[in-house]
Amino acid sequence: MAHVAEASAPEDAAAEPRVGALGRIMRALRLPRGDFFATTGLIIYAVFLITALLADVIRPHDPLEILFSDDGQLLANAPPSLTYPLGTTNLGRDIFSQLVVGTRAALIVGVTAAIVVAAIGTLIGLISGFFGGWIDNGLMRLADVALGIPFLPFTIVLSSFIGASTWTIVMAIALLLWPNTARVIRSQVLTVRERAFVEAARVSGSSPWRILFVHVAPNILPLTFLYGSIAIGWAILTEASISFLGFGPSDVVSWGYMLQDAYGSQALSRGSFNWFVPPGVCIVLVVVAGFFVSRGYEELLFPKLKD
Amino acid sequence: MKSVLSRFAQMLFVLWVVATILFLMFRLMPGDPTAAYIDTTFTEEQQQQLRAAFGLDQPLWKQYFIFIANAAQGEFGESFHHRKPVIDLLMEVLPNTLVLTLSSIIVAYIFGVLVGSWLAWNRGTRAEAIVVPTVLTLRAAPEFWLGMVLLATFGFGLGWFPSGGANSAGAAYGSEWSRIFSSDFLHHLFLPALTLALYLQGLPLLLMRSNMLDVMQEDFVMMARMKGLPEWVIVLKHAARNALLPVMTAFAIGIGQSIGANVVVETVFSWPGLGRLLVASVAASDYPVAQGAFLLIAAVLVLMNFIADLLYSVLDPRVSHGARR
Repeated sequence: MAHVAEASAPEDAAAEPRVGALGRIMRALRLPRGDFFATTGLIIYAVFLITALLADVIRPHDPLEILFSDDGQLLANAPPSLTYPLGTTNLGRDIFSQLVVGTRAALIVGVTAAIVVAAIGTLIGLISGFFGGWIDNGLMRLADVALGIPFLPFTIVLSSFIGASTWTIVMAIALLLWPNTARVIRSQVLTVRERAFVEAARVSGSSPWRILFVHVAPNILPLTFLYGSIAIGWAILTEASISFLGFGPSDVVSWGYMLQDAYGSQALSRGSFNWFVPPGVCIVLVVVAGFFVSRGYEELLFPKLKD
Repeated sequence: MKSVLSRFAQMLFVLWVVATILFLMFRLMPGDPTAAYIDTTFTEEQQQQLRAAFGLDQPLWKQYFIFIANAAQGEFGESFHHRKPVIDLLMEVLPNTLVLTLSSIIVAYIFGVLVGSWLAWNRGTRAEAIVVPTVLTLRAAPEFWLGMVLLATFGFGLGWFPSGGANSAGAAYGSEWSRIFSSDFLHHLFLPALTLALYLQGLPLLLMRSNMLDVMQEDFVMMARMKGLPEWVIVLKHAARNALLPVMTAFAIGIGQSIGANVVVETVFSWPGLGRLLVASVAASDYPVAQGAFLLIAAVLVLMNFIADLLYSVLDPRVSHGARR
């Protein structure tokens, strides 16, 4: 789960002419419309968001309802048809409905975890880079420790001790995945800190915290969004892995739950590709969308890469 | 040399903190703290012995020191289910995990480096427009799902590969080495290793590609061009060597992270490795094994992070100590 590729973010984002704090935020949110990848990513996000919001309208059946045919037979392992677009599970549950409802779980985990990770990473990166000295040292050693804890095993142990829930997974992600964001933001702060407008603010008597949040933070905000959009994918992959291993929340229908159900019910040896392929494809699509959007951001932030 | 020593000290520090966190986590779990070591089915005599060995009748801070001292010596207690010392169980499965991790990561990195350099040389071509999104897609796929699709297709569907495990049932081998080099083992290894390699190749490929693009703009590459050296000499001798540095660091970190992340692939293929042992022991509340497996995985991770850190400063003298990682 290394972010080695991202860790070497070019440093010239700070070299752009200064814009007001609000202007910076607006610019960070404005996505490159011309970029094919970014547009594709955003469209994928939009489709899943709409699906999640309208899940109860779109799903033809209750995802856990056990279905029977007209003559009272259990509809186990039914092949895809018009009434059951992706067929049914071995217990006669509609796969398409599970897939639709699973979108909700994926987006909740993905978005919450991304916000938490980006917020913690940004805050620590800002403080560490801005104040330096023993604060910086302490926080970076903390980052070393977080990177020294194996992520999936930690999440498994945590889930089994404090209870399997969406929040446990979000918590594990928040506890261990902030260092990547924090390190990049810290190095960005180190360069922003030396710029003339920061010096000007200092001379004019602004307090350090004011300088940090009013003058420095807006300049690194785009990086926060960049890392946030990557974190959405990580969170969804993690939720799927944990649920697949059987440590996920048992009352939530998610794509990971579907895959575990399929694996545990011999769908592989039966060749029920209609059961275990769709949830995986959905995960791939959401995660790829995150990659594509972050790529779009990167080109916006670091135009050097574009040539 | 001084910086190597201080980095080593830092590594030990991280390892100690991780062990401490682990100790606290296992005291967090529901029930009696002695549950981490003593199962109710142990005989009275066994229980007494374990209590003394791990100081479970002592106050918490003493238990902590005993835990750290024991862990440093690889002493993790006795498994509840296998009735064997934890360290023996760990050593039984460790070779399987190491073979799986190393074979897949080496294949992935060789492939990634070669294809990445090739892509850098063919920037803007149609090949790039196909390969880059494909690589991103493979990186976005959950490893275990990739494994499930491969297993259903080539294992169950076509019957080319066995459905799981590391060796066929009933096979006996003279030594660990003859087991690992038996064709039966390699036959079992293929699908899980392929799954991991497919997932892992993306990082070196993309890293190598972007590094090559950077390096190719450097003066010494221009110089080599002006000297009229053949293209392949420029690529291999001048550009690739320099672009390779960050890939080496990623390789070291990748080994450390894979050992822990293999958990899911080992589960899909019922591969008897460290990750699967961890999952099984957590699910079965076999706490001593869970603790030991966790600490071993963490130790490998921390060690590889340390090696990556060293590599970075040794291979690239421009990096001054502590300036960047």
